[in-house]
Amino acid sequence: MKHTQILLAFLLAVLGNYESSQSADDEFARSVSTLRNVGSEGEGNVAASQAMEYLSNSGKEAIPSLLFEMNGANPFAANYLRGAVEVIFNKNLKEGGSLPLVALGEFLLNKSHDTKPRAMAFDLIKRTDAGVANRLIPGFLGDPSVDLRREAIAMLLIKASGLVKENKKSAAVLMYRQALDAARDLDQIQTISSELRELGRNVNLTKHFGFLTNWNLVGPFHNKGRAGFEEVFGPEKNFSLDAQYKSNNGDITWKQYSTDDEYGMVDFNEPYGALKEVTGYARTTFISSSDRPAELRLGCKNAWKIWLNGELVFGRDEYHRGMRIDQYKLPIQLNKGTNIILVKACQNEQKEEWTVQWQFQLRVCDSTGTAIHSYSKPVSKVAAK
Amino acid sequence: MKKHLLIIALVVLTARVSAGDWTGFRGPHGNGVSDEVGLPVNLDIEKHIAWKVALPGKGLSSPLVLGDRVFVTVSGGTRQDRLQIICLSSIDGSVIWHRQFWAMGSTMCHSKTSIAAPTPVTDGVSLFAIFSSNDIFCLDLNGNLKWLRGLTVDYPNARNSLGMASSLVLANDVLVAQVENDSESFVVGLDKGSGSNLWKINRPKSANWTTATVNKSKFGKDQVFLQSGEGIHAIDPENGNMVWHYSDGASTIPSSVLKGNMLYVPSQGLTALELSKDGKTFKQKWRSGRLRPGTASPLAYRNHIYSLNNAGVLACADIESGKRLWQLRLDGPFGGSPVVAENHLYVFSEEGLAQVVDLTAPEGNISGKMDLGEMIQCSPAVANGAIYVRSNSSIWKIARKIRF
Repeated sequence: MKHTQILLAFLLAVLGNYESSQSADDEFARSVSTLRNVGSEGEGNVAASQAMEYLSNSGKEAIPSLLFEMNGANPFAANYLRGAVEVIFNKNLKEGGSLPLVALGEFLLNKSHDTKPRAMAFDLIKRTDAGVANRLIPGFLGDPSVDLRREAIAMLLIKASGLVKENKKSAAVLMYRQALDAARDLDQIQTISSELRELGRNVNLTKHFGFLTNWNLVGPFHNKGRAGFEEVFGPEKNFSLDAQYKSNNGDITWKQYSTDDEYGMVDFNEPYGALKEVTGYARTTFISSSDRPAELRLGCKNAWKIWLNGELVFGRDEYHRGMRIDQYKLPIQLNKGTNIILVKACQNEQKEEWTVQWQFQLRVCDSTGTAIHSYSKPVSKVAAK
Repeated sequence: MKKHLLIIALVVLTARVSAGDWTGFRGPHGNGVSDEVGLPVNLDIEKHIAWKVALPGKGLSSPLVLGDRVFVTVSGGTRQDRLQIICLSSIDGSVIWHRQFWAMGSTMCHSKTSIAAPTPVTDGVSLFAIFSSNDIFCLDLNGNLKWLRGLTVDYPNARNSLGMASSLVLANDVLVAQVENDSESFVVGLDKGSGSNLWKINRPKSANWTTATVNKSKFGKDQVFLQSGEGIHAIDPENGNMVWHYSDGASTIPSSVLKGNMLYVPSQGLTALELSKDGKTFKQKWRSGRLRPGTASPLAYRNHIYSLNNAGVLACADIESGKRLWQLRLDGPFGGSPVVAENHLYVFSEEGLAQVVDLTAPEGNISGKMDLGEMIQCSPAVANGAIYVRSNSSIWKIARKIRF
């Protein structure tokens, strides 16, 4: 009888522990789900705050699970999850506890995970054991995470520079070529191309970035009082290359235009002069080998709009506040075959020296910044007016 | 007994901001004036640096000081997209906690500024940090994230390619975020407990880097003065409704300053507006084209108004009339605004030169200088008998040795 009581007590205890663990797992899953459901304009923030309290008190073993939950999360949820990881990680570090390095490393090395949590996993490993982190770096050269591949390229550049100093120029060139092929950040690309040119090699940055250099332009339309940005001019209704449009200067037609600027700058001032309060359009054809997601990456200091195959992608009416490569990253879906890209660029009334530019640069790439090239150069035989 | 405990708990929960704390851009009153005494006035780098701590990223936001804690924001990473909030001990500069988040909005800005340009604000219970990317994070004082917002995710054209810089302000417990730019330009009032929108108003489509001024009412009805190229809009922070509009234009860089019922606006030089007792109207008291501030915001202290222009000339004027009394050339240029304590004005040049001006001298007198050797563009914080100032890579506590 006594044995039966002991056995019963044991079973109840086991069941209790199981239920308690099950309940903790449920609470963890509920909290994660709450964070992943946070939406725009602060929707779900109140519930998220409570979920954060629960998750931030998790043990260090929860870190890989929280990183996993960042996969596919919206930017709000990813940051909430990051906040919970930061608290757990720092608490553990302060208390001198060990961290699940192996689990973090395995998460990092699994490229099917999103790039941000993988880069964060690397960062946590680095903060825990820099030696382990450094040994992983060479494997990041072609990584989908631009942050991780940057680390590998930086390491390669040190080695290549060492080869130059040892006068092993051929080996250095090949190492720089390898680095350039992987590089996606402008500063690293410029460093590498400068070194290669110093070593007497050619570098085609236009091709590396995938800037679109062959266009047809039409203009000028007006932009009096900056109204041209909203006004729908002819090319927005009919972007056929044989179309003729009315402007303040009379009838205007498309002109062929190619840029030999290394960074693909399309300069409206070249064909039309340094005009003010004007609007121009640029059109190009991009041949995609498949239906696929891509990004249009634009640099422009004028007001602009972009259409893909007649659909407005995005527009912005800011003038002369600055310009850089990849200033705007616009997700798009390319169709297999011909895609028409139309860019509208508006120049305003400002007279200062730094407001002369009426230009843009555009490239097509994947989400890591790897250039996607048009299958063949678009052929557009339109006679210049 | 229970009643006493309740009172103690309420005091602990609600009164965490002490008189000497530095709780937002240009201090608790947004005017750069501190009640601190005993700050060093003849600066000496050997004697007056209590501590210097390296920061893991760039920034020109001001530090905040709450009790023995110093809060500072920085941005790091190749693309300046790692937004960081750091809590340091004011005693020795040691890191109490450090949090990092991903930028959700644009991290493009002019090379001279940074994504950590705007200054956070605190009510003594929570810390509200905004970055140039228009991302806002609310943390408790132990670094636990309470809520966040990504205003450029919500409103995709809310950005400025030169960078944003307007700091957050709190008025009637509403967190006011000024997100003014050439395109999707607005001001939003957020519930400080949840970060959700209480109201959102459209603003002039023009870049603006000023910070709003708050007129705190003893009777519970605060007012917020929004400055832009269109002048000053006084709004009710509870609903965003406009109360009055001063329409003579104003600068989009230096911010206005309030003293009593007088608002000193960087407009047509400097313009003094007298606010009516009921807060519903204003009248212009004086205007001076000779007091035009450069990047630094003006200071109203005791009987004088001080304005620092882009040539580094500090002008002192009579606060009642705007009549200029004296000028003093300092070593500029200045990206941050001056602060004042115990009749001494403290300002840091972009070259990293700390300068102290004795305001009791008939025409002002530079009583101390100290070269910190790094580019400084922030407005310093003053608390605990010390000055806290940061560069793109360091933060310093400057005090007399007795305060170390």
